[in-house]
Order: sequence, then structure tokens, then C-alpha cells
Amino acid sequence: MPDFIAQWLNQNDIFTAMTMMEYWNGLVNTIQLVFLSLIIGLMCAVPLAILRTMKNPFISGPVWVYTYLFRGTPLLIQLYIIYYGIAQIPGIQDTFWWEIFREPFYPALLAFALNTCAYTTEIIRGAIVSTPAGEIEAAKAYGMNWWMRMRRLILPSAARRAVQAYSNEVIFMLHSSAIASVVTIVDLTGAARNIYSRFYAPFDAFIFVALIYLTLTFILVFAFRKLENHLLKHQRPVGS
Amino acid sequence: MFDLKGYGPELLDGAVVTVELAFLSLALSLFLGLLGASSKLSGNRIAYGIATFYTTVIRGVPDLVMMLLFYYGGQVMVNSLSDFLYDHYQIDFFFQFDPFISGVVTIGLIFGAYMAETFRGAFLAVDTGQIEAARAYGFTRWHTFRRIMVPQMLRHALPGLGNNWQVLLKSTALVSIIGLTDMVRVAEEAAKAERMPFHFFMPVASVYLLLTAGSELFIKWLNKRANVGVAQGAQNA
Repeated sequence: MPDFIAQWLNQNDIFTAMTMMEYWNGLVNTIQLVFLSLIIGLMCAVPLAILRTMKNPFISGPVWVYTYLFRGTPLLIQLYIIYYGIAQIPGIQDTFWWEIFREPFYPALLAFALNTCAYTTEIIRGAIVSTPAGEIEAAKAYGMNWWMRMRRLILPSAARRAVQAYSNEVIFMLHSSAIASVVTIVDLTGAARNIYSRFYAPFDAFIFVALIYLTLTFILVFAFRKLENHLLKHQRPVGS
Repeated sequence: MFDLKGYGPELLDGAVVTVELAFLSLALSLFLGLLGASSKLSGNRIAYGIATFYTTVIRGVPDLVMMLLFYYGGQVMVNSLSDFLYDHYQIDFFFQFDPFISGVVTIGLIFGAYMAETFRGAFLAVDTGQIEAARAYGFTRWHTFRRIMVPQMLRHALPGLGNNWQVLLKSTALVSIIGLTDMVRVAEEAAKAERMPFHFFMPVASVYLLLTAGSELFIKWLNKRANVGVAQGAQNA
């Protein structure tokens, strides 16, 4: 660590090396939680979105019910139901699942993944539905079967149309993950709450963590803008 | 099944608190949104800078962090203000920053930023010819704003407004974390005491679902009304 930072930390009552480590651990927890739930959510959302666009109401109906329920209720309630509810499932405390779900991290991960999956499913569904009919007709005329149309045409072009809405969902998830601190996970917000209660310094503790979240948000916005530019390269006007 | 172990009335009171909280924050956010959007479009550099700072910072920070900052920090600020007033002017002023007020202020501030972006887009969608015509008739700036811009931009703002309202409604659950006895808080306490999480959280989730589903229908109806007489391209295509 450079000398001047160490010096500043030594002169400061609140932002000592120890609290910095607490914030750092919180940052690691937040990023793990958000990243894992986004990956799981996205992986489940793609097949669900395809099912959601099926004409058969017995296939698309259940998916609609799932997304409607998870998008219509607050994430905090979903988290409470899963966190408090899992322990109440009869017999779970005797199985190996209990070893996993005893930690608050995993119920929170499950709640976040289910929630973001519901939103992502609707985003991808919207992108799939808005595929130009002409493109699908052309693919059919070339003799492509359903699987090939999905893989070569519909999903790639849907991904391009979904990326903007998805970037909002990613930022939304980062911000929603703050409620993990409610179920005793020490994420960024949890670290800030601990430091607040130790020093009774609300401004230092919370403004500092707000700046970290702001930085993370800016990094995400920047990265997604790069990605969008890359994916929509073919739509850029000539000469720019 | 619907035996709420005597927590029924409390849950109902909590639901009323939730709805009150949501509507008051909506009112504040609409006001801040209009203010933010018009300062962004005013052409005044300072107003533009302040509004841009407001919308950027607020939208980059989690709602819960904001809420904790306002709840814990607000009281510290009020305390030092009341100390200052008493020491210098002998004015005895005190004000308890309760969870309800912090909730309304925080949610209003956060969604004000989102509303500002929605309104800004909607104002830009109003035909400039309309504004020029108003000027030509000698309308003042305020009159143009109230009589020409606002009624015409509402149609464009409604879909975004509806989305913001749905998210706002769900954000009200967070205020239970700073200690407001809304229905989430009551359900949490009941669930812990009775060790029946599903039993108490399911009714609360249903109330939220009812509120969001009802708002969805209402917004659809409003949208239909607002767009009477406007050709809908997609419907005829």
C-alpha cells in the first residue's frame, strides 16, 4: 500500500484498514451474489422464454404464471419466504440440503436467481416476439427446421434486441442485492450497517458505500455500452 | 387456512400504511419528476447541471442504502439543526424523523429521478409547432407549460409512468427494514413468533399481487383513454 494512503488511514477514525477490509469483504460478497444469480437466472430464462412464446397454452401458461407471480411481488417478500420457509419444510433438516441452505447465502441466491430469471424471461420473450416475420419466412424457405431457426436466426437477433433492457435488469439486480443484508449476509450494505452501528456515523458509512455502488453502476453501464456497440456494429451509419 | 392467529387486524392496518406510503411517495415523485424534467429542458445551465446530477446519482445507488442514509442521517441532521437553533436563537425546535417520513422522502426522491427521465422524453415528444403556436397566441411560459405541454405530454409519459408506479409499489416493502410497521413488518414478526412463514407471507404477497394487477388494469384503461383519437399504427398493421 502506498505510504500516503496508509498515512491517511492512520489519521482517520472510521476508515481504518480494518473497516476497509470489511467493505472489501462486503464487495466480494455482493459481486458473488449478483454475478451468480444473474448467470443462473439467464441460463434458466432462455429456455423459459422460448416456452413462453409457444402457442400451446399448457406450455406457455405455467411460465406466464411464474413470471407474473415473481414480477408482481416485492423481492424482499420472496427472500423472506425462501429464507424463513426453507427451514420449515418437513424433514429438510435431516437431508444434505440443510447443510447448504443453513447458510443465508444460498437462500438469498435462490431468491435472487428466481426473481431475475422471471424478469429476464419477459425481456427475452419480448425480443423473440419482435423478430421480423420476413426473416423467419426466409429461413423457412431455405428449409431450416425449428431448431436451426432458433439457433441461427431468432436467438442471436433477439439477443441483440434484448441487451439494452437486460443491462437495466443487471443494474436493478445490483441495487436489489442490498436487501441481502437483511438476512444477516454481510454484503456491501451489510458492512455499511455494521460500521454505522459501531461508530454511529451514518454519513461516513452510507455515503462511502453509495459511492462504491455508484462506481459499480458506472462500470456496468460502460461495459454494456461497449457490448451494445459491438453487437449493433452493422447498424452504425457509414463513415462513423 | 385463513386463521391469522389474531394478527389479522394488524396486517390490515399494515396494508393501509403501505398504500398511504405508496401514494404519498408517488405524489412527491411526480412533483420532483416534473421539476427535474423542466429544469433539464429549461436551457438554464445551472438547472440542467443540478437536475442531471440528481438523476444520475440517485439512479446509481440502491434504494435501501438511500433509505438507511436518510433515516439514520436525517435524524443526526435534525438534531444538529435543533442544537444550532437553540444555541444561537433560543428557538426550541425538535422533529422526530420517523420511518414513515424517511420512507416517503426516500422513495419520492428515488422515483422522482426516474419520473424526470420519463417526463423529459415525453416533453420532447410534444410537437414544437404546438409550443410555437402557444407563443404566437401570447401565452406566457407558465401558461404554455400548463395548458399545452403538460396535457399533450401525458399521453407519451403514461407507459413509463405506469412502469415506475409498479416498481415504486414494490419498493415500499423496503421501508419495513427501517422499522415502519407496514404489512411486511407485521408479517415478519408474526412469522417469527408463530414459526409459520408461508402462512403469513403468502397473504402479504397476495395483497401486493392484487395491487400490482389492479394498477396494471387501471393504467391500461388510462392509456386507452389518453390515446382516444390517436391513430394506433400497430393495431391496423
